[in-house]
Amino acid sequence: MYAIIVGGGKVGLNLARELLDKGHEVTLIEQRRDRYLAMEDELEHVAQYGDGTELWVLERAGVQRADLVVAVTGDDEDNILICQISREKYLVDRFIARVNNPRNRQYFDLLGIKPAVSATDLILRLIEHEVPQYGLVHLLDLPGERLEIIEIEVSSGSAATGRAVRDLHLPEGSIVISVLREGTGFVPKADTVIAAGDEVLVCLDPGLEEEVTNLFAVA
Amino acid sequence: MSFIVIAGAGRVGSAVARSMLAAGHEVSVLDEDPLSHERLDAGQPTTWEDVGGRFTIGQAIEAEALIEAGIEQADVFIASTHGDNTNLTVAQIAQKMFNVPSVLVRVSDPARAEWYAAQGLRTICPTRYAIEMFEDALSEVGG
Repeated sequence: MYAIIVGGGKVGLNLARELLDKGHEVTLIEQRRDRYLAMEDELEHVAQYGDGTELWVLERAGVQRADLVVAVTGDDEDNILICQISREKYLVDRFIARVNNPRNRQYFDLLGIKPAVSATDLILRLIEHEVPQYGLVHLLDLPGERLEIIEIEVSSGSAATGRAVRDLHLPEGSIVISVLREGTGFVPKADTVIAAGDEVLVCLDPGLEEEVTNLFAVA
Repeated sequence: MSFIVIAGAGRVGSAVARSMLAAGHEVSVLDEDPLSHERLDAGQPTTWEDVGGRFTIGQAIEAEALIEAGIEQADVFIASTHGDNTNLTVAQIAQKMFNVPSVLVRVSDPARAEWYAAQGLRTICPTRYAIEMFEDALSEVGG
């Protein structure tokens, strides 16, 4: 695979190293002269100097034959442009963009730049996972595939507490796929009784989240 | 009379803002630097607001700032910050998120300006004009 990485910060540099280790062909584009020189010492011809949002810089890197373009600069507008130009001008099939400011994610969505990865969002999800008072955790969210998996902590006094799974009256399009109780997960049966303090994993169609959450948590 | 929102009031943006206001349009300027407000006032007998101009401090990429500047009501949106990629991104936001009828975008890099123009954006490339003027001037002096 031939990958072009734009942005030689920590993310870009380490990504280049990993991909090279796995035997892939890589070009890493960096526009800061000092960073580029340090990169070139280590990576030699893999490093290229230039502004990766300039068409000739992308062309010099061979963007037309790239299998993957990764835009991980520290500037969201640059990352958007790099992906947009790679896709629409150079017909690159696969690209990954970094979102620096989570507020800008809406623009990546608006312009169809995906997947867009935000370290802040990832860490926030881990925090939600580790800090139980959040109650609800998104484990998987694939709107394109209409698939969503959420984790909910069952609170005492909720409609689900003390009820068997078959009597939960879950909305159509949702199913409990796992129950975590005292640190162990198991797949529930129809007669499994939900207890307060359980964590349930629910697979559901998009849009049912609120209805499902209301069954397990007390608002 | 049109309502024109201008993001980025450097030399170009502020001059266009003033001439559009003088021509009787409603003009709202968005810039992250308060100094740009002084640029709008410089050499004028009255302040920007006194003659009916609007000014919002904020970044062009922030939806809240764009809304505060009035983008939802804008007939024309001009992206004229110093960053080509910011301008190109914000111009597309203005088109696709806020459905502004006319969007003009300043792009310094001729290659990007040309390609995005072919994609349907109204790009204006000052560098292109500078190159042509140099070429014309050189042909006049026999270069």
